[in-house]
Amino acid sequence: MSGTGIGARVQRKEDFRFLTGKGNYTDDVNRYGQTHAAFLRSPHAHAEILSIDAAAALAMPGVVAIFTGDDLAADKIGGLICGWMIHSKDGEPMKAGAHPALAQGKVRYVGDHVAVVIAETLSQARDALEKILVDYKVLPATVATSDALKPGAPVVHDVAPDNAVYRWALGNEAETEAAFAKAAHVTRMDIVNNRLIPNPMEPRAAVGDYDSGNDAFTLYTTSQNPHVARLVLSAFIGIAPEHKLRVIAPDVGGGFGSKIFIYAEETVCVWAAKKVGRPVKWTSDRTEAFLADAHGRDHVTHAELALDAAGKILGLRVHTTANLGAYLSTFSSSVPTYLYAPLLSGQYDIPAIYCEVDGVYTNTAPVDAYRGAGRPEATFVIERIVEVAARELGKDPAAFRRQNFVTSFPHQTPVIMCYDAGDYGAALDKALSMADYAGIGARKAESARKGMLRGIGLSAYIEACGIAPSAAVGSLGAGVGLWESAEVRVNPIGTVEILTGSHSHGQGHETTFAQLVSERLGISIDNVSIVHGDTDKVQMGMGTYGSRSGAVGMSAIVKALDKIEAKAKKVAGFVLEASADDIDFKDGKFTVRGTDKEIDFASVALQAYIAHKFNGQELEPGLKESAFWDPTNFTFPAGVHICEVEIDPATGVTRIERWTAVDDFGNVINPMIVEGQVHGGIAQGVGQALLEGAVYDATGQLVTASYMDYAMPRAGDLPSYQIGMTQTVCPSNPLGIKGCGEAGAIAAPPAVINAITDALGHEDIAMPATPLAVWRAIQKHQPRAAAE
Amino acid sequence: MYPFTYHRPDSVSAAAKLAGDAEAKVMAGGMTLLPTMKQRLASPGAIVDLNGVSGLSGVTVAGGKVTIGAMTRHADVHTSAELRKAIPALADLAGWIGDPMVRHRGTIGGSVANNDPAADYPAACMALGATIVTDRREIAAEDFFTGLFDTALEQGELITKIVFPVPQKAAYQKFRNPASRYAIVGVFVAQTSAGVRVAVTGAGESGVFRVKSFEDALSKDFSAKAIEAIKLPTDGLNSDIHADAVYRAHLINVMARRAVDAAK
Amino acid sequence: MATVSMSVNGKLVSRDIDPRTLLVDFLREHLRLTGTHVGCDTTQCGCCTVHVDGKAMKSCTLLAIGLEGAQITTIEGLAKGQELHPMQAAFREHHGLQCGFCTPGMIMAAVDMVNRKGNHLDDQTIREELEGNICRCTGYHNIVKAIHSGAEAMGAAK
Ligand SMILES: Cc1cc2nc3c(=O)[nH]c(=O)nc-3n(C[C@H](O)[C@H](O)[C@H](O)COP(=O)(O)OP(=O)(O)OC[C@H]3O[C@@H](n4cnc5c(N)ncnc54)[C@H](O)[C@@H]3O)c2cc1C
Ligand code: FES
Ligand code: FES
Repeated sequence: MSGTGIGARVQRKEDFRFLTGKGNYTDDVNRYGQTHAAFLRSPHAHAEILSIDAAAALAMPGVVAIFTGDDLAADKIGGLICGWMIHSKDGEPMKAGAHPALAQGKVRYVGDHVAVVIAETLSQARDALEKILVDYKVLPATVATSDALKPGAPVVHDVAPDNAVYRWALGNEAETEAAFAKAAHVTRMDIVNNRLIPNPMEPRAAVGDYDSGNDAFTLYTTSQNPHVARLVLSAFIGIAPEHKLRVIAPDVGGGFGSKIFIYAEETVCVWAAKKVGRPVKWTSDRTEAFLADAHGRDHVTHAELALDAAGKILGLRVHTTANLGAYLSTFSSSVPTYLYAPLLSGQYDIPAIYCEVDGVYTNTAPVDAYRGAGRPEATFVIERIVEVAARELGKDPAAFRRQNFVTSFPHQTPVIMCYDAGDYGAALDKALSMADYAGIGARKAESARKGMLRGIGLSAYIEACGIAPSAAVGSLGAGVGLWESAEVRVNPIGTVEILTGSHSHGQGHETTFAQLVSERLGISIDNVSIVHGDTDKVQMGMGTYGSRSGAVGMSAIVKALDKIEAKAKKVAGFVLEASADDIDFKDGKFTVRGTDKEIDFASVALQAYIAHKFNGQELEPGLKESAFWDPTNFTFPAGVHICEVEIDPATGVTRIERWTAVDDFGNVINPMIVEGQVHGGIAQGVGQALLEGAVYDATGQLVTASYMDYAMPRAGDLPSYQIGMTQTVCPSNPLGIKGCGEAGAIAAPPAVINAITDALGHEDIAMPATPLAVWRAIQKHQPRAAAE
Repeated sequence: MYPFTYHRPDSVSAAAKLAGDAEAKVMAGGMTLLPTMKQRLASPGAIVDLNGVSGLSGVTVAGGKVTIGAMTRHADVHTSAELRKAIPALADLAGWIGDPMVRHRGTIGGSVANNDPAADYPAACMALGATIVTDRREIAAEDFFTGLFDTALEQGELITKIVFPVPQKAAYQKFRNPASRYAIVGVFVAQTSAGVRVAVTGAGESGVFRVKSFEDALSKDFSAKAIEAIKLPTDGLNSDIHADAVYRAHLINVMARRAVDAAK
Repeated sequence: MATVSMSVNGKLVSRDIDPRTLLVDFLREHLRLTGTHVGCDTTQCGCCTVHVDGKAMKSCTLLAIGLEGAQITTIEGLAKGQELHPMQAAFREHHGLQCGFCTPGMIMAAVDMVNRKGNHLDDQTIREELEGNICRCTGYHNIVKAIHSGAEAMGAAK
């Protein structure tokens, strides 16, 4: 390992600008002559729009234009799309209701987009919003997930008269039936996975710009995947053909999934820039983010686990109703299906699994991928039911897990996935020892002496990352391939630019990608820069989500670097007058095997460009290569997290006393950054378990529409974490990387709830386990514990 | 925000005159007023900024009374050494308000004038039997807090200071809303020569209130045990997603007992 | 429109503004100091934290017009050229930032914390004092470490 190469704790190159206030986020972008957009949003969960009268608003000072859905339709601007086709059990394609960027005739959730005002200043745009008169006919709304499929529930989209988007299934029903038929014990549970609102600290924003001289658009936007945004805006929505549409995602202040999607506001800003002939800027305020960013999770599940007399798992049966909200957001359909059910096997050897998922429409904000996307939901099901089964059987939960672990690889589960490498026992051992699992009895007794309840909870998670082999996802319904691209440009003086289709919004690519290049080419990381987030610079890319930038994005860079090395060897061969086959490349030097002839990388780069030492007809001048990497499998990070809590029975307050995380991410490029990803993931997972939950009232009004009611985890709510690692190398990519971005968010919720239920002595608690919920749970089952 | 005219008077009388206009609102720290205006929930035609008025801030202790100027920031109340000696419970309370940045700006006068049902100071005013002094009169806390966001203040009337009698012992215990961090329940217990007073914020449908049953029991026996068995009725208590009335009633008892144990 | 003058990062600035202008908009829009961010509408996230006359405040909830004569320090005013302030350096060393959006506010709050609480801060104090700053990326673990070490470094640099 060199000082800045693979495996080193290199300080981040991007930090200087962020630390000094010189970051360049979308809201920092201002274009000459720009106007400001404000959106009129539906105050109703479900209503017909009888009329819109914008005359008074148009007459307000500073108002440049007001547009509604009719204007978009007149320009043949298409609706927003969902890019993953899911088929129901009966073969029917999913029922996708139209999703216009500005409502046409109907609004379907509070916050839905009715009209846009474009004005000289933001205040003027907002003033004018209040003067638009909309005549609504309010309709009854379907709000709760569990109500959507009930007969007579208000219908959200006519194409889905029973509100079912699809009724999908995975696994083998008959084999699973058989497993249950011979079971000695069956554990049954009802599980709710609470709805979350992603809340990256930077709200979404867009600046649309139109160059009439070239008939070309530019959109600056908060995107995790600008190329996908361009593809959708151009090929499906019809803003402009790709070569006339540039999408730039500059510094992006966190995404967690919510900035993958192509939303109404961004679409309208770029379209309107041509309509008004001036740049159009919109920055979401936090309330809008709550109302209209895609939400996450929201599952209602019944699960059953079949066990034999010895405690070996025989089968798992799951039925989930997944709330997809009022419209199908960009990747929403895949989240509770292919990103969920294939993970239900967890770390366990389960011979038979069958899972049914009903995706439903409701009059709530669209639901799509949020950190972990489907995998946290699956992990919550399996890690809760395994815990409960162990308790029902009177077995130690750690030992019970170990008894059922997958121990040989590759391991084919009954639900698509083929686990390639892992050592689940090793992570468990290490975590148990770091958490002093053996000493929990004494710590519980000590808490009891203070009148407190202590509990410990495990979560042995697995996730499928590095998404994903294009042909495989294509066969499952994906509308795109999930490869990644890279281009390596070596400059004549030997500095290097890496153009990548991955996008960094906190992950530190400018550092880790440079570490890879530094290691491979033997140059200083200061001589490497990473270019991303601009469709004019980077040819194509799929972006960053699903912990794919390392496993997929860096693999593409490796492939391009291989080509660079091969070409550079040829150049070096000409310079050193040797055959390229006799050239070795190591630590930044090309040497002729068996001689002392050598030349450094920068000199070869210069020679490649001046092209004096070789015939330009035989070898092309220059040193620039590109590559696309299509993964051959998912990657399977896994690990064990252990949470220890202390509950104050008088108030229901839960404090996390200890957190132990042992993760296997395969090879690690920069442990400092990886640990940071784990910390952040755990915090979001703890947030889900203890604090966060989107609440709609019965009429579909969002009760938790600001930080006054939606509890974000703060420093004082969280502990410091003990982080450990185990390592099995991932065989499916050249760097042996598995991915780490989502692990914490996937692992944490069941660890917390397993700890709380251990402390309470019963399983009757839902997320978020707020003080109120915990106190009620104590009251319900141990009325006497209430008195302090 | 809607447009407004901005005034920055330098005396109480000038401020009161400007604030007499029905369209006008005085601004102290702005920590409540500005967020409301930003969300377009308030639209005063004029803002009368009190930050230019001198002589409205500071903490003084004399003759068994603590006097705090209306413009004294929460942070200065929290860190006042004199106050910490006289009524540590009040200094502690100020440290529970919002966060360090809010405490640097928000004022006691603004908080009391606003009478948010989940604010902390109203509990201290009621439990300590404070007097709210305005540019024209003195109002006992009992008469001052008249309901949800409602006070005895007239249009243009300015709080200039608040006077707290020093108790024998007191403590404030706050159970914070996990999202907003305002009080779900805050209980201020004060033992004075005239008996014990217990005031509760955060829980009541119409704002801060006193708990007679606790006061009677604690006046006889100032111990947590004395109130442990007293069950509070739930009527008049708030229910929301963070806490229903039953839980709030329970928390009032728990927080009151903890305050009694902590009183000094 | 009305004129306001104040000192921002040691420079006297004077502008004609609408009285509704919040300090954060004054900094971002009028002075193009875009390091101060806006993350919420309810004065809770702390992304907008700056120092006003040496004290940390939320610039999204201050009227610029009311700050005549004030001394404002923003994130852009901490480093000396390429040399980071000890707190900034500590955030980098301990990986106390990921997306960087909360970072300017975190650092301004952290420096203020040290000004008030001294150079030797325990974890619990740091966590309590961060009540008004929300970070969605880091889980706070490394922010706490960074502030602890930045506080010590500020003491050593005195
Ligand atoms: C994030 C956040 C968290 C908070 N958490 C808490 C908390 O936990 N507990 C709590 O108690 N409070 C909390 N607050 C509110 C805070 O304490 C405010 O500072 C306080 O409520 C209002 O004080 P102010 O000086 O900012 O008043 P302003 O906002 O300026 O004014 C509030 C109201 O009082 C009027 N007013 C102000 N001064 C006077 C005066 N001298 N005479 C007459 N009328 C006057 C104004 O016209 C206005 O109607 C929080 C605020 C924020 C932003
Ligand atoms: S923007 Fe100021 S506190 Fe959130
Ligand atoms: S670093 Fe992204 S919000 Fe804190």
